[in-house]
Amino acid sequence: MSIGIKVKRGLDLRLEGGVADTSAITAKPTRTVAVIPDDFPGLVPKMDVREGDRVASGQPLFHDKARPSIKVCSPASGLVKAVVRGERRKILRIEVEVDGSVSTTHDTTGVFADASKAKSLLLESGLWAMMNQRPYAIVPDTEAAIRDIFISGFDSAPLAVAPCELSDAGKEQMKAGIRLLGLLTKGKVYLSRRPCQLFPMLDGAETVTIEGPHPSGNTGTLIALTKPVNKGETVLCLDLPTLLRIGATALTGIVPMETTVALTGSEIKEPKMVSTLIGASIEALLDGEVKADGKHHRIISGNVLTGITTPADGYLHLPYTQVTVIPEGDDVDEFMGWASVSPSKMSVSRSFPSWFLGKRLFNPDARLLGGRRAMIMSGEYDKVMPMDILPEYLIKAILARDIDRMEQLGIYEVAPEDFALAEYADTSKLELQKIVREGLDYLRKELE
Amino acid sequence: MKSLKKLLDKARPAFEPGGKLHAFHSVFDGFDTFLFTPKETSRSGVHIHDSMDSKRTMIIVIAALLPCLLFGMYNTGYQHWIATGATEFPFWQLFFYGFLAVLPRIAVSYLVGLGIEFTVAQWRKEEIQEGFLVTGILIPMICPIETPLWMIAVATAFSVIFVKEVFGGTGYNIFNVALVTRAFLFFAYPAKMSGDSVFVALNPVFGLGGEVADGFTGATPLGQIATSGATSHSELAQAMTTLTHEPLSTWDMFLGLIPGSFGETSTLCILIGAFILLATGIASWRIILSVFAGGAVMSLIANWGATPTYPASFLSVGDQLCLGGFAFAAVFMASDPVTSCRTNTGKYIYGFLVGVFAILIRTYNNGYPEGAMLAVLLMNAFAPLIDYCVVEANVRRRMRRTRA
Repeated sequence: MSIGIKVKRGLDLRLEGGVADTSAITAKPTRTVAVIPDDFPGLVPKMDVREGDRVASGQPLFHDKARPSIKVCSPASGLVKAVVRGERRKILRIEVEVDGSVSTTHDTTGVFADASKAKSLLLESGLWAMMNQRPYAIVPDTEAAIRDIFISGFDSAPLAVAPCELSDAGKEQMKAGIRLLGLLTKGKVYLSRRPCQLFPMLDGAETVTIEGPHPSGNTGTLIALTKPVNKGETVLCLDLPTLLRIGATALTGIVPMETTVALTGSEIKEPKMVSTLIGASIEALLDGEVKADGKHHRIISGNVLTGITTPADGYLHLPYTQVTVIPEGDDVDEFMGWASVSPSKMSVSRSFPSWFLGKRLFNPDARLLGGRRAMIMSGEYDKVMPMDILPEYLIKAILARDIDRMEQLGIYEVAPEDFALAEYADTSKLELQKIVREGLDYLRKELE
Repeated sequence: MKSLKKLLDKARPAFEPGGKLHAFHSVFDGFDTFLFTPKETSRSGVHIHDSMDSKRTMIIVIAALLPCLLFGMYNTGYQHWIATGATEFPFWQLFFYGFLAVLPRIAVSYLVGLGIEFTVAQWRKEEIQEGFLVTGILIPMICPIETPLWMIAVATAFSVIFVKEVFGGTGYNIFNVALVTRAFLFFAYPAKMSGDSVFVALNPVFGLGGEVADGFTGATPLGQIATSGATSHSELAQAMTTLTHEPLSTWDMFLGLIPGSFGETSTLCILIGAFILLATGIASWRIILSVFAGGAVMSLIANWGATPTYPASFLSVGDQLCLGGFAFAAVFMASDPVTSCRTNTGKYIYGFLVGVFAILIRTYNNGYPEGAMLAVLLMNAFAPLIDYCVVEANVRRRMRRTRA
């Protein structure tokens, strides 16, 4: 069966630096990889290895303190070079020096028939930690009954690459992944796709064809438009790369740690697709790719809306398969920028000439372009959020730490990324994603 | 521009903590961010932001007010010339007269309001907010031209402090600041805010203009209606005249060369402003449209049950919408995003009721010749309640889903 949905409230940001040829993939080997515990919200890492240990690809590096069965595994085989700690000995990242190609093989007998075996394969292989749940937008709880599973079949974020084609191997992996995930829930497995994507016949999955602008590719949008999450329910969310990884692991017993990354953004010389390992070093990925134009650069693991600012000696964050480089903008002196009528100013507002100058591309920098204010304008958030949520009121309830009101206004249905476009468009420049993240964490702390 | 930037950068240390001029930090900061876009880049969340900010929002509203402001200057001169019995109307002299008459009022409003804003921002260690840029120009535009300067100062101070700052500043106020200023004047100094000697400038300014004859009366059309005692539409039409005692047509009311508060007589200029606000997407078309719809519906009802007890009930729909402060309130007051409804459904209800109440008060309360100000303030108070009901509908939908 299949459902068709048109997203109307959203926005495709027209940025410079998109990948022109998505089929040509350059190999970019990396000498070190890193796993960053902060990429797994809700986990408190407890180390399984020490500096100097040798690990195989797919071997657990750490597990969750509260739910020890959730493990996070090494994306490469080699030597644990460093466990970098920050304030109060918080683990910032675990760096592994890549040498050799020893992979951990998991036992896959019966994973397509037995739910508990399927689940333990996901937990052991570290794939569980790559998934996400609603409520709270954290690594899924191992005990909760999963109502449904939502898989985003494409990435609609700015400059993200969402290929229409799927290789034959990919099709097999997709089928296997869906079969395995189907065991975990009594409900349905929903898989979203663009109209151009031709997925194989999938038993046990409901395909949802979504047209329209970003955030049509977010799992939050998929959930909101099919079957919203209610209080007390838990749903599982994952993206297409994770689904394919699950399928491959179920078929072969080995977790594929290769990933295809899009190097994008206005400060990349020639935007392209590269193949590398999960957690690859930014240095290796961007070697010779960034424009030497004397501007300050901002390197983002991920896209410009939800990605993470990464230093030049940092590492690719999960779950992103994209690196964006834009000008930082802290070296620009702009005289009375608020009065500008320049056609190169990007805005959703019709007060800038860009809206009638046709389909041009922009290269915005990272400046806030205004001062932080109280919420003044109304209805700005609603225009870019295709959910039955009243974002202004939910944000206010979160700021007031009013748990009842948060529940009533649908906090269980949202993740910070659902507010990313609203945060972009906000004239008051409020940090909406941060507010939502803090609200979710607060709620979880109070209720658990 | 480079030299200006250098100057600012050189002056900055004096305003930073420990500097000699730290007490004026907010003022410096205000000018600095006004002249040069802040270099602050995003620390969390999205990495790029829309080019729109609250400075631009406010400036666009001011741009939308400009046609009304310029027209008001001309009209002030024009009405004064008529009042002096002149037969020639030199355009630039009229305009300059109005300009000079209103300039001190704008200056006082800005000085008092911005002074308080700067002080509070400095005291709270916050950035200066732009909200008063619009309020400051609105205040002289909605007051009669003969309002004494000291009254404007007192009323502005009252509303900026007790309507805005005590609630937390721009974005937190419940009532429209400019309208409360007007209401304060209206109730505290009724003699100076209504009647037939305040809406037309009476004295020469810097040698421009002339002396107005003793016993001159310059009532607004709505004032004339209130005292007319008309018992039919035709009697009412005779009661409404220009200062030269010629009958007033709907077209005159639309163009706005009639006595009235400084900026709100010309419906044409207000519509130009509305076009600017709607084309740029700053104001909500839902609100503006529903105010006019509500006003039209209430006018029809009043006209249908017209009675000599309430002469204004004989007015046609077009006259009702063009006269007084109705159109100005619809476009510039009711649509204030902070004090109006925030939900889309709420905006329709809010706007419609503003329109209904404005005409209702104007027609059926002989004590108040104009109702737009009170209608907007009344609905400001009810806006959160309307929103609450709309939000509850969303909540109920969610709760029903849980139970199902």
